[in-house]
Amino acid sequence: MSVLFDSFDEWRTYCEYHKVDIWQPVVGYEIDQRGRSEGEIWDKLAQSYAVMKDAVHTGLSEDMQSISGMINNGAKKVAACEINVLGENFKKLVAYTLAAKEVNSCMGRVVAAPTAGASGIMPGVLTTLQEIHDLPRQKILEGMLVSAGIALIIERRASIAGAVGGCQAETGTAAAMGAGAIVHCLGGNLDQVFEAVAITIMNMLGLICDPVAGLVEVPCVKRNASAGVIAFASAQIALAGDSAVIPVDEVIDAMGEVGASMEDKYKETALGGIANTPTAREIEKNVLVQQVESIEEENEA
Amino acid sequence: MAERSSIFDMIGPIMIGPSSSHTGGVARIGRVARHLFGGLPEKVIITFYNSFSRTYEGHGSDRAIIAGLMDMKTDDERIKTAFEHAKEQGFHYEFKAVFNASSLHPNSIKVQMEKDDLKMSVIGVSRGGGLISIVEIDGFSCNFSAQSPCMIITSEDSHGRAAFITTVIAQEDCNIATMSITRSGKKGTAKVVVELDSPIRPLTLEYMRSVRGIKNIIYLPDLGL
Ligand code: SF4
Repeated sequence: MSVLFDSFDEWRTYCEYHKVDIWQPVVGYEIDQRGRSEGEIWDKLAQSYAVMKDAVHTGLSEDMQSISGMINNGAKKVAACEINVLGENFKKLVAYTLAAKEVNSCMGRVVAAPTAGASGIMPGVLTTLQEIHDLPRQKILEGMLVSAGIALIIERRASIAGAVGGCQAETGTAAAMGAGAIVHCLGGNLDQVFEAVAITIMNMLGLICDPVAGLVEVPCVKRNASAGVIAFASAQIALAGDSAVIPVDEVIDAMGEVGASMEDKYKETALGGIANTPTAREIEKNVLVQQVESIEEENEA
Repeated sequence: MAERSSIFDMIGPIMIGPSSSHTGGVARIGRVARHLFGGLPEKVIITFYNSFSRTYEGHGSDRAIIAGLMDMKTDDERIKTAFEHAKEQGFHYEFKAVFNASSLHPNSIKVQMEKDDLKMSVIGVSRGGGLISIVEIDGFSCNFSAQSPCMIITSEDSHGRAAFITTVIAQEDCNIATMSITRSGKKGTAKVVVELDSPIRPLTLEYMRSVRGIKNIIYLPDLGL
């Protein structure tokens, strides 16, 4: 029986008992649950990674203006900016995460990881990581397996949907996936991967989902960039051997609790937060067709 | 949760933006509805509920559901231009929005399909990350993701019926992943939803369809969602 990804504890226990690498039970899970062969799993991972790289490339080379006009080639602007606030690598990370996410907002092809709203984070983190450290692709694919295991647990214990758990569920989960992949790819052990997840979620906790005009553009695109940064910060702390103090499963449960008690206006309804600012309301008039039907609740739903 | 997610639900699907809940999941619900109906309906009324009701246009969910009904997958670049394709095919649709259906999941859609005498109503939920559940068919509640082959059996409500169904499937070397039964008191009908691990043979389906008391079987193959 393989790991079911109900908890990080279970994942750890399995790896310790069977003396396997952290990504191996994720392969086992997919084989058990979906009857896929290991070869097929690696192929699909490689295909997903290729789409991620394409998205980064497209966002940096093609015109990225969304129908609403709110997204307007931000990644290219960052890449061309002469001021480096921290350094080349930092700028690269910000530009790459923005690029992939802008492709998504412009109805291009992306990998939802875990969702499309957060689809810039994994591509930005992974491509930056691979370039900076000159990692073999195989290592990145292993990192993606680690990320997938992390997301499976978050899905079961909390949520990965903005409409259910707020933005912490989308960009928060993606950042945690990214942080785990970074730690693994740079040689961190299982405990360090889990600490990175816990630290990341602590940093993203409570983030509401408040997209302007209900479009996955503002604040989503910029949040992808900052989530990528948080992933690297958390990975740096975890790789140094520092601890989140609170065990990762407990952190994820807290995330679930916060998501459950979050008001509906902060869950993708575009009724609160940034979506409810005067400027956002003005934008709404321009980008949405103002024909909102109101029908009484159907009793027999 | 009826079933465990794939790792490629966590890293995936590969899809057309902008939103996995509003574009990817919605296209999937449309595709499943089409296959439950048995083809492209002539006329459809689509109701977007709750969270979806205010945001479906901006996300292109309206295009996505139409694209799904025309059998397009989540990574089909024609989703963007779905309305134009629908026009070419003479396919009629209408959208409604209900923002306060508290009994339904935040991201729910009802698809009411019609063609000649055939009518069917399906409610699907977009669970996030492009994952879906079909939660109601023609007023009977159910809960399946359509990621594996599935049978939706309408039968007379009697105890023997469920046992019969499981026996026949067992003979097939086919595993039942999940099975649920919903009864309707008024009409004395039961809906049995069976999710299978592997496809069932057409001959077996024919046989089951011919058995007295079984009114109808919809067979949903693995759609490669
Ligand atoms: S604000 Fe909402 S729509 Fe935007 S990325 Fe976050 S969860 Fe997704």
